[in-house]
Amino acid sequence: MRYAIPKTAAEAASLLMEEAARVLAGGTDLLVQMKSGARSPEVIVDIKHLPGLRDISREDGGFRIGAAVSGAEMQEHADLVAAWPGVVEGVNLIGSTQIQGRATMAGNLCNGSPAADGVPAQIAAQAVVRIVGPKGERDCPVAEIPTGPGKISLGRGEFVASILLPARPERSGDAYLRFIPRTEMDIAVAGAAVNLVLAADGTVDQARVALGAVAPTAMLVEEAGAALVGTKLEQPALDALAKACEAACKPIDDKRGTVEFRTHVAGVLARRAARIAYVRAGGRA
Amino acid sequence: MKTLHVSTRVNGDETDFVCAPDETLLDALRNRIGLTGAKEGCGTGDCGACSVTLNGRLVCSCLVLAAEAEGAEIGTIEGLADGDKLHVLQQSFLDHAALQCGICTPGILVASKALLEKHPEPTDEEVRYWLAGNLCRCTGYDKIIRAVQDAAQKLRSA
Ligand SMILES: Cc1cc2nc3c(=O)[nH]c(=O)nc-3n(C[C@H](O)[C@H](O)[C@H](O)COP(=O)(O)OP(=O)(O)OC[C@H]3O[C@@H](n4cnc5c(N)ncnc54)[C@H](O)[C@@H]3O)c2cc1C
Ligand code: FES
Ligand code: FES
Repeated sequence: MRYAIPKTAAEAASLLMEEAARVLAGGTDLLVQMKSGARSPEVIVDIKHLPGLRDISREDGGFRIGAAVSGAEMQEHADLVAAWPGVVEGVNLIGSTQIQGRATMAGNLCNGSPAADGVPAQIAAQAVVRIVGPKGERDCPVAEIPTGPGKISLGRGEFVASILLPARPERSGDAYLRFIPRTEMDIAVAGAAVNLVLAADGTVDQARVALGAVAPTAMLVEEAGAALVGTKLEQPALDALAKACEAACKPIDDKRGTVEFRTHVAGVLARRAARIAYVRAGGRA
Repeated sequence: MKTLHVSTRVNGDETDFVCAPDETLLDALRNRIGLTGAKEGCGTGDCGACSVTLNGRLVCSCLVLAAEAEGAEIGTIEGLADGDKLHVLQQSFLDHAALQCGICTPGILVASKALLEKHPEPTDEEVRYWLAGNLCRCTGYDKIIRAVQDAAQKLRSA
């Protein structure tokens, strides 16, 4: 095995063309997988020293977050937290203080876990992933990255360089909630993210709802968002939201949650996240 | 497997070591440099016994490659005391009997120091959340929280 620190994106892409090459960001998934024997990379490509990868920068009113930015660094960025509180809280739910010191939002996405806490709020936010590879750069909607448990759509030689969270209109807010059997350090049984934009009178103008841990990938539930548009989150709207979420669930059945339980909880979390997002957008709950 | 040469700073001292490319920082600290304060409880990021700081950030050294320490600044439990003079946190843990077997203690002290540098006046809840990744099988945590709060107060009035 080799450990490589590329200094340019082109060098990283060419290293990643090698047999059994693997990106190393925070290592909080990769090192665990290497120890268990689940992954045995031949080349470890540490992307943390590539130019710009540790930066959070403003772009077209939004935020570009480098693929090597840790959860702790996102939490410390006051403007980012103010604009995208739901995305940041999703990432900050990952692990402990120690894990936050290393874990990245891009690594959470690229690991491909259906239960990844950082992913639903990125989907609700319409984040755009910047991918660099042997043929140069391309942009891809975040929802198209995960393709199944442990699987992502990146081609050979490609890696995520950054993730763009778009500009926020006035009166917008987002939120992410997950359910775990403990209060910390556990894998989501279900997760729900809601991203809202309100009209001046407080009715919901745009709504995007995404669920995690209840299907092979985190996913956008269009009907759930549609159930909120034109409402002020009155009871029937929240009931319709929960119902649409439940209908979209295709969860696994395991010791941590039955199909019925995961399906029910997804609806409950969506309701609660919607209320939080609504208040954050300036609506009166 | 090719061995690597790593130059780093540990507790302020220039330190060089050789390691395998897949070796963890925890193993390098313990087996190559002889700093055995950081412990291996789980090896998977769950227990915090291996906590150190890497460029000022609290991390689990079991989930860092030793090779990543190149050019970095590492802080371990061995850097806490000033010669024979214990750090306020260490004295406070003794005063409050906040340890029994002691396996978790180095990690908890390193984590608590990082907490108090960032939040000099934490609530009990903040201390508990900050230390959620540090497991202790012995104390039941209450004494740890009291010791950290007592140290925080002493550090504030120092
Ligand atoms: C104790 C503990 C608790 C945890 N708790 C949670 C939790 O509550 N919720 C949760 O969702 N996760 C949790 N995790 C999992 C993990 O911490 C997260 O998924 C984290 O965000 C991974 O990011 P990383 O930077 O450490 O990724 P790494 O481990 O560096 O990489 C993860 C995978 O993605 C690939 N990769 C990384 N970055 C890129 C990139 N830029 N381009 C292409 N591929 C890339 C790597 O090759 C690897 O396969 C936990 C892990 C531990 C050890
Ligand atoms: S040994 Fe590193 S967290 Fe347990
Ligand atoms: S004192 Fe024994 S594990 Fe904490």
